[in-house]
Amino acid sequence: MPKMSAKSTQTLAKIFIWGSGFITVLILFLIIGYVLARGLPQLSLSFLFSAPQGGTSGEGGISTAIVSTIYIVMLTIAILIIPGIGAAIYLSEYAKDNWLTRIIRYGVDTLAGVPSIVFGLFGFVIFVTALQFRFSILSGALTLVCLLLPTLIRTSEEAIKAVPRSHREAALALGSTKWQAIWHVVLPAAMPGIATGIILCIGRIVGETACLYVTMGGSSAMPTSLLSGGRTLSLHLFYLATETNAMSKAMATAAVVIIVILVINTIINWLTHRFQARMYGGA
Amino acid sequence: MDPKIESKHLNFYYGKLHALKNVTLNIREKQITALIGPSGCGKSTFLRTLNRMNDIIPGARIEGEVLLDKQNIYERSVDVVELRKRVGMVFQQPNPFPKSIFENVAFGPKMLGLSHKLNLDEVVEKSLRAAALWGEVKDNLHKSGLALSGGQQQRLCIARVLAVEPEVILMDEPCSALDPASTLKIEELMQDLTKNYTIVIVTHNMLQAARVSEWTGFFLLGEMIEYGKTVDIFSRPQDKRTEDYITGRFG
Repeated sequence: MPKMSAKSTQTLAKIFIWGSGFITVLILFLIIGYVLARGLPQLSLSFLFSAPQGGTSGEGGISTAIVSTIYIVMLTIAILIIPGIGAAIYLSEYAKDNWLTRIIRYGVDTLAGVPSIVFGLFGFVIFVTALQFRFSILSGALTLVCLLLPTLIRTSEEAIKAVPRSHREAALALGSTKWQAIWHVVLPAAMPGIATGIILCIGRIVGETACLYVTMGGSSAMPTSLLSGGRTLSLHLFYLATETNAMSKAMATAAVVIIVILVINTIINWLTHRFQARMYGGA
Repeated sequence: MDPKIESKHLNFYYGKLHALKNVTLNIREKQITALIGPSGCGKSTFLRTLNRMNDIIPGARIEGEVLLDKQNIYERSVDVVELRKRVGMVFQQPNPFPKSIFENVAFGPKMLGLSHKLNLDEVVEKSLRAAALWGEVKDNLHKSGLALSGGQQQRLCIARVLAVEPEVILMDEPCSALDPASTLKIEELMQDLTKNYTIVIVTHNMLQAARVSEWTGFFLLGEMIEYGKTVDIFSRPQDKRTEDYITGRFG
């Protein structure tokens, strides 16, 4: 086979790489575009602010699903943050490299790859049944905490490790204790990375269905306490798609889910940039 | 005059690597001592034994003594936080925190719990003046320390050290990342600082050692080969290896 010239290899590589990028973006726009095109015309204030009828009719709006989603996101993140970031600090700053920490890391990595329905079953057995939280927002949130801890630990650990050693040394050399160096220097510098980890988690909470299906129940009523059942937007979508013929309502709900995720990402990106600009940039 | 710091038969190991071999050296108070030698000769390692910065390296081990005002800093009773308050350090790469200029300088006093006793505004101004940076930044104290030029950043790091009022300042190649004009400023600043501080500087730059220091120690392969008055080391070195190094035959 004649050898290709360096120039034609380069052209080929370019076509291939551009093509890959193009296909990725195309798929993204096709999906989002399709859902938005079919869903947006169905959206109305009454859809957003009225409760779903439940059952197999698929009638009604999504107000209770929106409220359930907000509750579950806030509760999960509130419970998740301290152990997640705490474990990341332990692994990156305190843990010595020995068999115990290797097992912890291995465990964290393995957990991150376990399908969410397995966590759902675990949550069902522990939180719903044994601890008698029943099908509730609390059971759902606790299950999600188990599901997301590995993600938050790993992303936070990477963010903390990325803080240059010189910052730590400078703090220690000024007579600060190790904890002061971590709290006042390392964590603030790692904040953008940790925030990214939290966004990832929020995105997964909003998108999760399998493990909530078996821990939150699927009540379409307005949640009144942490022990109420409920359905998040995604879960509602799942019910609409599998138990009703209300495809247009499902598309409208899907459009809301996509918009919510876009808004969350935009807000957090903006916060992160502002935070970084304040620390590294000018004024 | 008693030396400010004495190291006695100091040996240092990184795991199996014997990085410092039996180093005995006296550092005089309120003077500048320069440590020179080729890369990997142990001069930075030696510097970092003086405020126990090597403690944080896994697998590091030390034998021998380092006396600060006659007290062995490696004794069990010594509080390493207290030690580092007395022996400050300036690093090779300027490393301001990603915080404002003010917060950078106020960091040490705050961490040491002095902020209620001191007027932080005064401490910050005094330290920035002493580091010859006040005039350039006084209107922008709330700008990020990282927005400054490299030379300004290094002076900010010096101000940050001065704010905790140490007795000794260790400088690990403080000018190697700076341009000549900034280097000159730092060197002038060092001369000023000897009124109040004992300075130990590690440098690659022999001319810098000759310009700024009263005392010079030459390190090679973990050993301290020769130590004496800077003028003597540079004009009539006793050891052949010192002579070879300062005349540029290796390194």
